[in-house]
Amino acid sequence: MVMIKTAATKKTKRPDIDEGGMGYLQSLPRRVVTVYLPLLVFVIVLLFPFYWMTITAVKPNLEMTDYAQFNPFWVVHPTLEHIRYLLFETSYPGWLLNTIMISTAATFLSLLASVFAAYAIERLRFSGARQVGLGIFLAYLVPPSILFIPLSVMVFNLGLYDTPFALILTYPTFLVPFCTWLLMGYFRSIPFELEECALIDGASRWQILTKIVLPLSVPGLISAGIFAFTLSWNEFIYALTFIQSSENKTVPVGVLTELVRSDVYEWGALMAGALIGSLPVVVLYSFFVEHYVSSMTGAVKE
Amino acid sequence: MAVSSVAAQPRPSLLSRLSESRNALGFGFMLPAAVLLLVFLTYPLGLGVWLGFTDARIGRSGIFIGIENYQYLWNDSVFWLSVFNTLLYTISASILKFALGLWLALILNENLPFKSFFRAVVLLPWVVPTVLSAIAFWWIYDSQFSILSWALQQMGLIDHRINFLGDPTNARASVIAANVWRGIPFVAITLLAGLQTIPQSLYEAATLDGATRWQLFRYVTLPLLTPIIAITMTFSVLFTFTDFQLIYVLTRGGPVNATHLMATLSFQRGISGGQLGEGAAIAVAMIPFLLAAILFSYFGLQRRKWQQGGRD
Repeated sequence: MVMIKTAATKKTKRPDIDEGGMGYLQSLPRRVVTVYLPLLVFVIVLLFPFYWMTITAVKPNLEMTDYAQFNPFWVVHPTLEHIRYLLFETSYPGWLLNTIMISTAATFLSLLASVFAAYAIERLRFSGARQVGLGIFLAYLVPPSILFIPLSVMVFNLGLYDTPFALILTYPTFLVPFCTWLLMGYFRSIPFELEECALIDGASRWQILTKIVLPLSVPGLISAGIFAFTLSWNEFIYALTFIQSSENKTVPVGVLTELVRSDVYEWGALMAGALIGSLPVVVLYSFFVEHYVSSMTGAVKE
Repeated sequence: MAVSSVAAQPRPSLLSRLSESRNALGFGFMLPAAVLLLVFLTYPLGLGVWLGFTDARIGRSGIFIGIENYQYLWNDSVFWLSVFNTLLYTISASILKFALGLWLALILNENLPFKSFFRAVVLLPWVVPTVLSAIAFWWIYDSQFSILSWALQQMGLIDHRINFLGDPTNARASVIAANVWRGIPFVAITLLAGLQTIPQSLYEAATLDGATRWQLFRYVTLPLLTPIIAITMTFSVLFTFTDFQLIYVLTRGGPVNATHLMATLSFQRGISGGQLGEGAAIAVAMIPFLLAAILFSYFGLQRRKWQQGGRD
């Protein structure tokens, strides 16, 4: 016990002193109660649903419902049956493919529009740029929940109902404002002087954008792209409303509407579907977590 | 390119003059985004308001019927129940998210080992698609095989299984808990970003003046964090108020409409029930609340600029 304590003290004290914080004013027992214990509870609560999802996805049906004989928190005979069923006997792979395709297309379209818009608002400063910037911010605040009914009418009249284009064209309604807003913040951090030099050297606005501003804002573009991709991947209400046939559905809608049958719940397959559907975003996000956090903090700090 | 053509010709061509005009260029650069947003955001917004005044159904464009939809909703107890539910859901979930999120942000702002690991882990619930994590909650809240019931029974705290989603009060508490679970990371990480902009020297100065930990929080942290709190919470309130996915997965508004939010009711009447006009009217009824939240955000932003001594 004593040894653990001293080891922990060494570990925690050194960075405190290095970083010049005031953590050294606090004793270790106090820190355990005020910091480590609550943190542990937070992490357990925040992660438990994922653990439960994973453990259920590999649990045989017998163990899943027999709490008397098997401890539900663990799995005795892990099985890949649910995942096999999901991948080979349902349309799940098709939904995955749809989701990837739609998210990629919507992200690409939105980024393209946002880069131009953000550059124009932030750097061209045309008359009315501030008002347009405010308008973009307000557009971000318009929630899909009040747009889906009129949009469904539009989608139907345009003949897009039950096609991927219905989603590719409507997702930018929340992606463009968000990406533009994020990129505006990013462009603001690029020094004006660079552009002035280029202008004097005879570069056109187009050349400045493609040869100076965009290369410098690659981190911003990546984080905007990840955000946009994640948001499209997570989108639900439009996909639920505008898509009807099973083969055109996205993962969230497909899992919920096709895997859930009224009589019997296939919990194993449902959890496997939820898990596999979450994995791509989680993997993508874990690669770029630093970008993600820093761009989020950047968007707030502005 | 543009400059060389200017040098060659005494009168620049229309194209090169256009490419030098800020307004023309700005217009051209704004065009793709503007077209997308005007066609798929502004127009539907107006169309939604119009639909609210018609008796449109799926497959039949309606005729103008004035405020009949709103009159009907005014006397509809289910609609008022959904308004009450939405307010209850938004207010209680937002307060919990704020309190727990701020707490978590303060913890993460301490000098911790594996700091970036914890930050990454904490964000997970926010990254994973809501519908998919809601399905996990659905299983956690299962009436027969709920792991929560089982664990509480094992600990001897309860003797019956909790009927999480079948009982009105429990169902409300359960969906709020699931929403809070998903919302904490966003609040925590944005507030953490705010916390990190507060200079350490302020804390040191206050400590030298004999401030207690509570006073440090109350008189240094909180005032400097207020602008970011205002923005974060406005977004949080907006997203909670217009929430749809969680309710749709967990309860579909049941039991006996106890968890119907305005968004889910709008979907049920407008899309499932085919009464587009009535559904649109319910959606339009959400706008005043949203405007209130946006105004709140606007004043939050104003205050932030003033505090940081920024321009405009």
